[in-house]
Amino acid sequence: MTASPFPYVLGALLAMAAVTILCRAAPFLFFMRRRPPAVVDFLQIYIPPMIMTVLVLGSYKGIDFRAAPWGIPEIAAGLAVAGFHLWKRNALLSIFAGTAFYMILIRLL
Amino acid sequence: MRQAERTSALLPAFRASVPVLLGYLAIGLAFGLLLVKSGQPWWLSTLMSLIVYAGAAQFMAVGLLAAGTSIAEIAILTLVINARHMVYGLSLLDRFAPCRRFKAYLVFALTDETYAILTTVAPPEGVDRESYYAAVSALDHSYWVIGSTAGALIGTVLPFDTRGIDFALTALFIVLLIEQMRSVRKAAPYLVATIATGAALLIVGPANLLIAAILASIIGILPFRKALS
Repeated sequence: MTASPFPYVLGALLAMAAVTILCRAAPFLFFMRRRPPAVVDFLQIYIPPMIMTVLVLGSYKGIDFRAAPWGIPEIAAGLAVAGFHLWKRNALLSIFAGTAFYMILIRLL
Repeated sequence: MRQAERTSALLPAFRASVPVLLGYLAIGLAFGLLLVKSGQPWWLSTLMSLIVYAGAAQFMAVGLLAAGTSIAEIAILTLVINARHMVYGLSLLDRFAPCRRFKAYLVFALTDETYAILTTVAPPEGVDRESYYAAVSALDHSYWVIGSTAGALIGTVLPFDTRGIDFALTALFIVLLIEQMRSVRKAAPYLVATIATGAALLIVGPANLLIAAILASIIGILPFRKALS
């Protein structure tokens, strides 16, 4: 493949960087000089648990449950992580054990 | 004093960031490899990870750059993918309010994984919060830059099979979800987010799932405002 022209790549890179930082900074810029409405106080408590739920479920979106191995490694390893964590409450142990288990499963199934 | 502060924040920050170390190195490797395979120079991988620092958008950019997609279109697609970060900032307004020295960097470096750690894993007693936030953010950022640079340079000659190691990020989210459940002991946010994600998957499909699910969650939790407060 031929390399893309340098100014084009650089322009795209800067545009992506600018848009990304704007997305991340938007709420801070918007509420820099005004007090957030009361509903934001409410949302600040409940957004993190909702986003964590969405991120967990979103991690499973690319899996094809209709074809072998039917998402079994992902589901089983996910349950193993949750089980470990409820049992020992050691985040690193849960994550290492679950990931190792997953890496074994995808090589076996 | 300053030095002592930073030293004491670094260790807990490193401990909290180890799962991201695994995930970002593995996914960064895949990204660097893909970008170079698409015909770009290796340093573009480093530069993009350094100044854009948004995983999903960077993967998307590989194909778009190779196809010569217009810069305006790339900017709009980046906006669609990263719009969810506006919501992240909204829930960090109070947490970041006392931050001064590193605030701009904290906002710049706010990825999904860093957000998840900062909102769920509190620094130990006596550790300066802002230093801890900055250390977690900078460590995560460095893992991503190192991973994507390594992928671009040596991705094809890696001596070991890393397939599946990126599950560490799913595992991280699961662990942090359980921790959230321990601190926010109400069923409503979890049920609303689950239903919202299901609805978003049916209506907009997997491509723009996260932003659709997060917006639907926020709209869905509003009717519970009275009951929850």
